[in-house]
Amino acid sequence: MLEVKNLSLFFRMYDRAFKRQDLKVISNLNIIARPGEIIAVAGSSGSGKSLLAHAILGILPKNAFMSGEMLWQKNPLTIKIQKRLRGKEFALVPQSVTYLDPLMKVGRQVSRSKDTTLNLFRRYQLDESAASLFPHELSGGMARRTLLGAALAGNPKLVIADEPTPGLSQDLAENAMAHLREMANNGAAVLLITHDIDLALRFADRIAVFYAGTTVETANAQDFANESHLRHPYSKALWRAMPQNGFEPAPGTQPYAGALPQGCLYAPRCPFATPLCINAQPESRHLRGGEVSCNHAD
Amino acid sequence: MGITKAIAIYALRGVTLLLAVSILSFTLANLSPINPETRYRLSHPGASDENVSRMREYWGIDEPPVERYLGWLSGILRGDWGTSTSYRQPVLSVIGVRFQASLALMMTAWTFSGLLGYGVGCLMGVFRNRMVDRIARRVCLFMCSVPTFWIGLVFLAVFAAALGWFPFGLAVPPGIPPEQVTVAQRIHHLILPALTLSFLSFANLSLHTREKLIDVYDSDFVLFARARGESDIEILFRHGIRNSVIPALTMQFGSFAELFGGSVFAETIFSYPGLGAAVSAAGSGASDMPLFLGIVLFSACFIFVGNLIANILTHVIDPRTREGAKA
Amino acid sequence: MSNRTSAAISASATLAIILAIYIAGALLPESALRANFSQKGLPPSFEHLFGTDFLGRDMFVRTCKGLSLSLSIGAVASAISAFIALAVGLAAALGSEFVDYAINWFIDVFMSVPHTVLIILISIALSRGAFGMMAGVAVTHWVSLARVIRGEVMQIRSQQYIAASRRFGKSSLWIARHHMLPHLMPQFFVGLILLFPHAILHESGLTFLGFGLPPEQPAVGVILSEAMKYISAGAIWLAVFPGLSLVVLVLLIDTLGHSARRLLAPREAQL
Repeated sequence: MLEVKNLSLFFRMYDRAFKRQDLKVISNLNIIARPGEIIAVAGSSGSGKSLLAHAILGILPKNAFMSGEMLWQKNPLTIKIQKRLRGKEFALVPQSVTYLDPLMKVGRQVSRSKDTTLNLFRRYQLDESAASLFPHELSGGMARRTLLGAALAGNPKLVIADEPTPGLSQDLAENAMAHLREMANNGAAVLLITHDIDLALRFADRIAVFYAGTTVETANAQDFANESHLRHPYSKALWRAMPQNGFEPAPGTQPYAGALPQGCLYAPRCPFATPLCINAQPESRHLRGGEVSCNHAD
Repeated sequence: MGITKAIAIYALRGVTLLLAVSILSFTLANLSPINPETRYRLSHPGASDENVSRMREYWGIDEPPVERYLGWLSGILRGDWGTSTSYRQPVLSVIGVRFQASLALMMTAWTFSGLLGYGVGCLMGVFRNRMVDRIARRVCLFMCSVPTFWIGLVFLAVFAAALGWFPFGLAVPPGIPPEQVTVAQRIHHLILPALTLSFLSFANLSLHTREKLIDVYDSDFVLFARARGESDIEILFRHGIRNSVIPALTMQFGSFAELFGGSVFAETIFSYPGLGAAVSAAGSGASDMPLFLGIVLFSACFIFVGNLIANILTHVIDPRTREGAKA
Repeated sequence: MSNRTSAAISASATLAIILAIYIAGALLPESALRANFSQKGLPPSFEHLFGTDFLGRDMFVRTCKGLSLSLSIGAVASAISAFIALAVGLAAALGSEFVDYAINWFIDVFMSVPHTVLIILISIALSRGAFGMMAGVAVTHWVSLARVIRGEVMQIRSQQYIAASRRFGKSSLWIARHHMLPHLMPQFFVGLILLFPHAILHESGLTFLGFGLPPEQPAVGVILSEAMKYISAGAIWLAVFPGLSLVVLVLLIDTLGHSARRLLAPREAQL
């Protein structure tokens, strides 16, 4: 089980004149990934979701700094442990074919051992001959299956899938999600990062709603059946914005990293905001079988 | 585009380029006030009018320039590149002998700067923005501003004059019959000029390789490799070299012009009997124009071959451009 | 301290040093270069910072004069070269496709002969000396700047406001003056400054080989070519210090160019 508690992440930038600037991209994020379960982190593009994946794997750039706590099987997830687990117990399913070395034949990229590669190719219904192709020669579907194969070459206990479906046909997308479900059924914890809330609703067990670098709410997928089951004002606004629920757009826009409000990140857009919300970011708390970071949720 | 068509276009381009170079250089050479007549009068003071007019006829000075050019060009095509006025030998055989010496020098410098420059570039890439990289980059940027002729003089001053480790010049020890010169002696004479010649391209190549590697390290596929547990060093050997060696080779093959230009200085300073020294000798004093023009054409061919190989490397070896039709 | 301020300080400091070198060289009296046989072949000392040569001339004075001369020649050669680049770049970007193609082909021709050899040939064609060498350097250095200008013009030309001006009935010339030149000028000046080091190095190289300035001129190339003869006699200071000064001057101009780019064309400086 992976537990992320109050994770904050910022980039330290220097301009040429040695002026230091810290850019906060994740603030007080909480998430738990349990074995046998798919949890989706859903939020709009460019809001730093991928960085969560990189933070868990320990592959952030050198100028990134973190605070908070990450636990893997109840033990602190240190850099040393991350290093040991990457590519073994932890697997990343990347977004697109650009995550493959353009100059290396894909067979060697799926796995260094030929037998493993062939096994994986069989498992993901890829022709053996595809092993000697270069990434640019793969079709969209082949590329997707190759990436899955490359990511899942070991027997991972934590699978992080970073936007695994954009650009895929409906069939292929469902296929990819089926593979993730299979991983979960085999006992892996699956963390699905996506901007597609519909996809998250259809395939995930739980959904963490991501807003401006934090998770405002973690809800069961079925909670999205009814607005009143949701806990956070942003999740409710998101719900109302869905086509089947009236397509009502939420006013305002997400704040950018570097211009984050001091208190609750949603306060500037929230109809229920009070001075309490504006002064400090609310703590995450349990509520009706989920979690929420809101002073007014009940 | 079919491969035959590509080759045909490239060959056509090569021929037109060489033709243009021949016209350009022939025109420039004929603009020179130091023409065969003045040269003849300089070297034969008090020559009779009859001799001068025989000489004018021999060089075709009274023919119109276009005819003279066509005569020269047809000679070139037939393999008669004229006679060197300073060596009193056919230009082509002078070039042949001198090019052998130059080739040894240029290829030594080329290989040396290629291997070392690439290695240092990799080192800078792996340790990017760390102390090693910062120092090495400063040094390389400094080296880019150092003229070949001065660094040659400094090497001469330090390693030949002050320390006495290397000879002052020439390709072989003076006063020894050619057949008795050992390989060790030749190498001993080659080292300083080769170091001089490799100085600039070394810095260029390592800076270029550094940039390439940093691009690689910033790429998505390296991020994925890291996510799969590969270390920086593993990534260098599995992905870094694979993705930077072709650009580096392309750059090295594309730098034949600088290599040849640098050899003019390196060979002049170390009195090394190659083509580069021949260029400055042929250009100075009474001007050995047939030889000079021959070397211009020859150097254009040499550079063309380098660019051709560079093109082949980028377009034929790289799988992304190799079968453009397929993608 | 903002980026611009630091660029401005760096630019003015380097410019001041370069000007000081130029003025020092220009103001030093010719008499300082007179032969003095009681002082010949002295190694560097406090009295003669760079030592003296075998005619007893102070090498520091000669080097200053040489750098000053290099600067003037470099200025003329790179100015000519930059104007060729501007003309060619504009023609390539604004002319027909054929013009663009022809210019590209012409550039290929220029790149297919080693520059050193081509400059020697041009210098010989113009009977050697300062003029031939300057022409050679000017003619061989415009290519990269011309490409920059061509790219820049192409980019500006595709902008919406150009199309808008055209629709308002502004003439091509008006557009060139009001929309293109203001964008091109920073690029042009930065390119001009960055041409300088190349021009200076080629000039001294050519002079060193004997195809540039005549031996009676106090040029760095002349100094180094004389120094070569005395290296075997152990007088290595004759070669080391004047050459090092040349390298320092080149680095200063390079720094000036890069600071100027940060000041004038900050967008490109980040690339």
